[in-house]
Amino acid sequence: MNLEEALRVALRGLRANRLRSALTMLGIIIGVASVILLVALGNGVQTSVNEKIQPLANLITVVPSVGNVPGGAPPKDLIDADVAALQDKALSRDIAAVIPATSGKALVDGDAYRYRANVVGTTERWLEVNNQDMSAGTFFDEAQVRTTARVVVLGSAVANYLYGDDPAAALGQPVRINRQTFRVIGVMQSVGEPGDGVVAMPLPTVRRYIFGGGDKINQMIVQATDANAVPAAENDVIRILSERHRIKDSANRDFEVQSLRSRLDTFNQILRILTLFTAAVAAISLVVGAIGVLNIMLVSVTERTREIGIRKAIGATRRAILEQFLIESLLLAGLGGVIGVLVGVGLSVLGANVAPSFGPTFATFAPSVTIPSVVLSFAISLAIGLVAGGYPANRAARLRPIEALRYQ
Amino acid sequence: MIQLEDVTKIYRMGKVEVRALESVDLTIDDGEFVAIMGPSGSGKTTLMNIMGCLDVPTSGRYLLDGTDVSRLSDNRLAKIRSRKIGFVFQSFNLVARTSAIRNVELPLVYAGVRTRRHAARVALEQVGLGDRMKHMPNELSGGQQQRVAIARALINDPVLLLADEPTGNLDTASSAEILKILRALNDAGRTVVIITHEEEVAQFARRVVRMRDGHIVSDQAQRIRTEVSA
Repeated sequence: MNLEEALRVALRGLRANRLRSALTMLGIIIGVASVILLVALGNGVQTSVNEKIQPLANLITVVPSVGNVPGGAPPKDLIDADVAALQDKALSRDIAAVIPATSGKALVDGDAYRYRANVVGTTERWLEVNNQDMSAGTFFDEAQVRTTARVVVLGSAVANYLYGDDPAAALGQPVRINRQTFRVIGVMQSVGEPGDGVVAMPLPTVRRYIFGGGDKINQMIVQATDANAVPAAENDVIRILSERHRIKDSANRDFEVQSLRSRLDTFNQILRILTLFTAAVAAISLVVGAIGVLNIMLVSVTERTREIGIRKAIGATRRAILEQFLIESLLLAGLGGVIGVLVGVGLSVLGANVAPSFGPTFATFAPSVTIPSVVLSFAISLAIGLVAGGYPANRAARLRPIEALRYQ
Repeated sequence: MIQLEDVTKIYRMGKVEVRALESVDLTIDDGEFVAIMGPSGSGKTTLMNIMGCLDVPTSGRYLLDGTDVSRLSDNRLAKIRSRKIGFVFQSFNLVARTSAIRNVELPLVYAGVRTRRHAARVALEQVGLGDRMKHMPNELSGGQQQRVAIARALINDPVLLLADEPTGNLDTASSAEILKILRALNDAGRTVVIITHEEEVAQFARRVVRMRDGHIVSDQAQRIRTEVSA
């Protein structure tokens, strides 16, 4: 039996039962489209988060660990001397810079309103290593750090709360923190919560006027020479600090070292599993779709029992009948697959274009279609055609002509 | 040439055995026009199924055109039907929603012939339907449908044309036309076997085989009627 005839018969059958065929295809369409859309969603989140974090991938944060080992030595604080040691090129080649920070919650009083902000005392390079930008004014500079200048840089949420939408309105304004007055010299661009609730000041300023604390710091941002040097830099940090704090057993460390890169890897891994899981849930609708195809093909075979009898009487072999019905179900499922791919890709593209207009948080969820998900889900729809069509087609092929011809 | 030797067919329906044919011997030569007659239950449809290679005998031999087809597989039988048998059924049995010419082409499709259109057109013109080729079965009268079925039966140039009550669903005028066509085909040398229970129809055959309870009870040549009367 030639393919052309089988295709013609299959198309005729699908056209003759338009509504039925469309409803059957709908199962496949929904399944394929949702698999593609969900994978695109997961992939979109992963891509946008990685894009945001990539510039920060060479950063390592060091914080004192809380609590101590029973019976062990009391934990030592991180101090300025630790920062100096890490910056020593003779001790580590892979560390480019160290930015110390001390932080805490404090009430920021802007006359009309008050905001409970996260006050960070740090150096002039903090803005740069955190990959942030200014929306108005400037960040404090090296001279202001050296001279313990009474200046402050506001996060966008703080500026917005205290002085309204226009960041320029905050410039030059006096704010009171801990009964001391500081001048606003800049407002940072929004990066989303919780970064927008930050108030940054020179480290000596914070020590002298707000938190005190001598030479203690509660965070170090260590910048590796590049992202690939992160593991080496991490080892150097651990080695240098362990030596300075006289720690022999890694279990007794009084500091924690964490690179964004390793956190990113963990995040990506979790997201991949999550995406796979949701795609698997979506694939359940493909199973339902397959049952729909099976059902409709069984109906089709029963309806056309007499036609099968006629075809057999005039010389159709089992194989010819088998091919005819297989092609029909492949066409049904394959067409559903194609439409499903179009719908899934269409919705993903639509989502990618619409999501950013709802704000930066939604932009993170802009879907991005992956080719493997398209290929795989289409291949699955073809496999459905083959498997769900196989049984009915085989049943049709085995019909005995005299019984089929008698069928009313 | 058709040769049935001691052919028996037993159907099992649950516990009951139905002996549809019992030791039937029948030989039909090339170019004969045979009517097989008998009341319902006489075994004439079973005989036709076996002669048409739609079914195989339980025992006995059936030689069609020199080959023994009584023990062939499903697929081999399909090929034999494709090449050597043309069927005309009581209820026409055209494939629905398929034009007359495509119906006529179908046996060629299954025989693997690539150029079909011309042969199908010639066959339809032979039965006087040259102007109805694109019509769907439901757009044709009963008589026209049966003529399409005859064209379809002839397209593979079969050794044997088997007609099962070909006029059973037709009015008198259409019946006459169909019988005239079968008559003309036989005159041109085609072997024709008609299964019928109507004496009117049987009178067109040169030989009448009568059956009852699975046996052939009479087998005689007769002078034929040439024109049809209502």
